[in-house]
Amino acid sequence: MTLSKKPPGLLHATWLLVRKDLLLEWRTRARANALFFFALATLLLFSFALGPDTTILQRAAGGTLWLAILLASVLALGESFRVEQENAALDGLRLAPADARALFLAKAVSNGVLLLLLGAGILPVLGALAGLTLAQRIVINSPVATFALTGSAAMALVLVLGCLAIAAPGTVYAAIASNARARDVLLPLLLFPLLIPALVAAAKATALALEGDPMLQFGSWLGLLASFDLIYWSLGFALFPLVVED
Amino acid sequence: MARTIRLVLSVLALLLLVSGAWLGLAWAPPDREMGDVQRIMYVHLPSVWMGLLGVTLNFVCSVAYLLNPRRTVANLDADALAEASAEVGLFFGTLGLMLGSIWGRPTWGVFWTWDPRLTSMAILLVAYAGYLALRRFIDDAERRAAWSAVVGIIIAVDIPIIWFSVRWWNSLHQVQSSPKTVDPSMVFVLRWNAVAFLLLWLVFLSTRYVIARSRRERELAPPPLASEVAR
Repeated sequence: MTLSKKPPGLLHATWLLVRKDLLLEWRTRARANALFFFALATLLLFSFALGPDTTILQRAAGGTLWLAILLASVLALGESFRVEQENAALDGLRLAPADARALFLAKAVSNGVLLLLLGAGILPVLGALAGLTLAQRIVINSPVATFALTGSAAMALVLVLGCLAIAAPGTVYAAIASNARARDVLLPLLLFPLLIPALVAAAKATALALEGDPMLQFGSWLGLLASFDLIYWSLGFALFPLVVED
Repeated sequence: MARTIRLVLSVLALLLLVSGAWLGLAWAPPDREMGDVQRIMYVHLPSVWMGLLGVTLNFVCSVAYLLNPRRTVANLDADALAEASAEVGLFFGTLGLMLGSIWGRPTWGVFWTWDPRLTSMAILLVAYAGYLALRRFIDDAERRAAWSAVVGIIIAVDIPIIWFSVRWWNSLHQVQSSPKTVDPSMVFVLRWNAVAFLLLWLVFLSTRYVIARSRRERELAPPPLASEVAR
């Protein structure tokens, strides 16, 4: 490597940073394992709190799934910036020089991937605990065209969009909270109220993907979730440089 | 000078509030369906409005702070105003929510319903409580200003999304009355009280702003000389 080499562009830098984050995660898998078992413990707690009645568990399944992911996400997000503070790694990245916006995209993508894996991991467990079945067919009535999805495809779509919805604002807030006092309290305090619309949409869409959607509401909830994603990914992209600048 | 204006404003606010209370409790006619219970509207609505006004001002100040390319010590004025408006907005918003809840008990039969307006307001208040907590937990003045401005914008953008999601989720609130469907004397009393609350809001806001400014000045002041400390 020579000194005259140009710094990587935005997308290339993002890719390098995502690879770094995922590689770090893959080498130990300690964080992913801990998160998985944390989320499983949460699911068990919900089941015990709601009682052994399977019909109640089935009806609450959408909310239970997303609360488990949300609670685990606070730990994942906080941890993703804590590792960058060891040896001032974040300052090192900024000096590399990595574009702050690439830093946001990379952190948000790797956090989103981690949450997605977590969601995909605990969904079968929840399915077994509550005796869930996926809907046969989900129809989305959009202004452009009408789509028909299988229940599993609809569920996958909700998982992806929901995890992305947590990852973008979560990354901005985790970067802020990691430098504040009482960061473990601050991150959920900031993040939970903000994510309520995403939680409502994801939980409702999940319930519809599981139980079927005779009223064709799935598309609206998915649209709300997608708009939330769009708004907060753009906002995070625009505002994150102001958070890490010094 | 500023102190005199604040004093005059406080006296005016007090006069208007006392006369507004008399107008609302005695002078205005009772509601056809709800009777005297409806009179709580004259304080409930102005409180909610002042809460929303505070939140709006906070958003404007956050944007103004971040848009300024030279975010130096002098520009921390916008930050001080953001802090003041969030706190005053949270106070009035909470007051409005509590008054609304008291109004809801005799009319709806419950203190709380999962109605869009109530729910959105409650989420909003929790979000701004988080915002104010964030301000307490960051020691560096310029970092605090930039980060809380970012958080202020993120929360403000969430407001319409919260509104839509909660409205789809559940709906019950009474249909909003417009000045055309209401007795003119009720509209007059409501406006009177709204002005009174606005003056009170201004008094609170300016006082809180002065406090925030002087705190900022103290934070950013150079450390005292050794000879001064000894004295």
